Amino acid sequence: MIEVRFHGRGGQGAVTSCELMAQAAIAEGRYAQAFPSFGPERRGAPLQAFLRISDHPIRLREKIYEPDIVVVLDPALLASGGVKEGLKPGGTLVANTSKSVAEVRGECGFDGRTAVVDATRIAVEELGVPITNTTMLGALLKAVGLVKLESLKGPLETRFGPLGEKNWKALLRAENETVIEE
Amino acid sequence: MADEGMQSWKTLALGCAMTEPGSSKRFNTGDWRSGRRPVTDREKCIKCGKCYILCPDMCYSPDPEAEGYYLWDSFYCKGCGICIHECPKDAISWQDEKEEDTHGAACGS
Amino acid sequence: MARRVGLEVSLACSEAVKLCNVDVVAAYPITPQTHIVEHLSELVADGHLDAEFVPVESEHSAMSACIGASAAGARTFTSTASQGLALMHEMLFIASGLRLPIVMAVANRSLSAPISIWNDHSDIMAERDVGWIQVFAENGQEVLDLTIHAYKVAEDPRVLLPVAVNLDGFILTHVIEPIEIPDQAEVDAYLPPYTPQMRLDIANPVSMGMVGVPEVYTEARKACLVALEGSYEVIKEHWEGFAQHFGRRYQPIETYQAEGAETLFVTMGSLGETCMTAVDQMREQGQSVGQVRIRLWRPFPVDDFVEAVKGAKRLVVIDRALQPGSASGPVATELKALLYDRGIEMYVANFVAGLSGRDVTRADFAAMAQRVEAAQAAGQPMTCEMWGVKE
Repeated sequence: MIEVRFHGRGGQGAVTSCELMAQAAIAEGRYAQAFPSFGPERRGAPLQAFLRISDHPIRLREKIYEPDIVVVLDPALLASGGVKEGLKPGGTLVANTSKSVAEVRGECGFDGRTAVVDATRIAVEELGVPITNTTMLGALLKAVGLVKLESLKGPLETRFGPLGEKNWKALLRAENETVIEE
Repeated sequence: MADEGMQSWKTLALGCAMTEPGSSKRFNTGDWRSGRRPVTDREKCIKCGKCYILCPDMCYSPDPEAEGYYLWDSFYCKGCGICIHECPKDAISWQDEKEEDTHGAACGS
Repeated sequence: MARRVGLEVSLACSEAVKLCNVDVVAAYPITPQTHIVEHLSELVADGHLDAEFVPVESEHSAMSACIGASAAGARTFTSTASQGLALMHEMLFIASGLRLPIVMAVANRSLSAPISIWNDHSDIMAERDVGWIQVFAENGQEVLDLTIHAYKVAEDPRVLLPVAVNLDGFILTHVIEPIEIPDQAEVDAYLPPYTPQMRLDIANPVSMGMVGVPEVYTEARKACLVALEGSYEVIKEHWEGFAQHFGRRYQPIETYQAEGAETLFVTMGSLGETCMTAVDQMREQGQSVGQVRIRLWRPFPVDDFVEAVKGAKRLVVIDRALQPGSASGPVATELKALLYDRGIEMYVANFVAGLSGRDVTRADFAAMAQRVEAAQAAGQPMTCEMWGVKE
């Protein structure tokens, strides 16, 4: 079982990211759970969303305390301290940032496997808005192949309708531009 | 405890519903009256129908033989006097009843 | 053919209600239930469900409207939580007293004050004695399954009682997970259209909700009590039928690794799954632990419970609600009473855990077992402890 924690702000689509990943895994016949940090939803407030993917039924209703992967949708959250909390030493950090891996490591204090991509720039160029949730899924899949890339296509279309194609393009571009350092 | 139950729980209708329509018609509220009854003076009556509308026990009904006037029903009248109070022409007034008249079938006024 | 989809559990509940082809939904939004009726209102508005959606001004009105609709012979649904359920309180007795087969999903949530939108069982425990059938789900699939089963039971002429399907707020309602949705024909084969035994009908007038004078009230309540107790066999029968139709089997009391276990956890609701995984891990370390899950809370399946726990050395009962002023939580109180009645001596430890959504983890279960074993060895009772409370 793989556990992922997403860091974002209300309105940036972290919850949607988790949902899309869960949908993709379930479409592959596997098991998944996606859930938000439970509580009121406030636009702009820092929030977390959670994802579990497994090849077996998931019998667990705890929060995720020691994620295998942390995904950060908002560059400003990297320095906030909470990002590396509980992240397994052998885990992976996937960050939206225009900075280098070395700079990100300095900022958030995690020195393990790190993947970076300037998802905000890609999202603005491809979608016209700085909403990075789908873009960052490209980076996540490049860093850790949790689901097959094509498994996300259906969920994207269902979720975004005619905008699915644009999101798909942004996702592919992010996958291509993601830089990973072990 | 006293044996106060009326019938077995097994014979009650579903949800304790009342399955016989209009069974309250059998309920003789007329025997609540004590010694006096309202009587309408048709000389004074202007056929406004307020007694008919305002009676809480629906004791007044249209008189089939005299259009515009109303009949009074001894079986249901509790003797509350609302009709007397509300009549705009003071056409309704109390009349002493003999005990044998108090409880009985419907009768005209 | 059933289809397997990723779906928010709230929406799985709505989809179940749609598959049951309800006639009337009357509801008022309240967190964490809102998604359930929100989705139902969409299904009605988009023409996917031919039902009357009544957007009422309060939960009291929601239950009142459901009572009216059900009395008129409609298949009826509502959903609520917390203060909303509390506001329904007086109407809940009327629904069961009038023997109306309303189905309600309760997205279990704490009661104010202080204001809390998070999960525990305070809301339903305050409605324990309203004469409704009450079941608890542990995951999204069970929410869908139990909702369909709820109509089958509620509308059975041998039962005719309302059913509350309990699902933990947020912990279940807001999670997206795999759900197998049966197709309409499969549900239709299991659940026929509702045929009321009695309804408000101008052609055949009846009066419902009459005065029950002292000469009648006791007998009227007895009739409801007998119906609730008698529902036990019907519930089991229709779970058996459900297994035959859909392949998933439910029991009033379910167990996991309970056979021969010295320590048995007793859980209700979504705690059950985390507990099962905790049991797996503790067994790997050689501990003799198992689990008993209460699926059917009302009517309480006394014999099944006794059978499930016999031979255990201790029970660790986890309540997700307080019973202020009483010695134990509501579930532990129930269990101790029935064990006493049967003359069964057993060490029963009780924790109140997970109030207002506070997480109960695998590590918590392990720590509870450890504490209980130590207390029993020291000859100390563990009547009731608020788990994890900061002193």
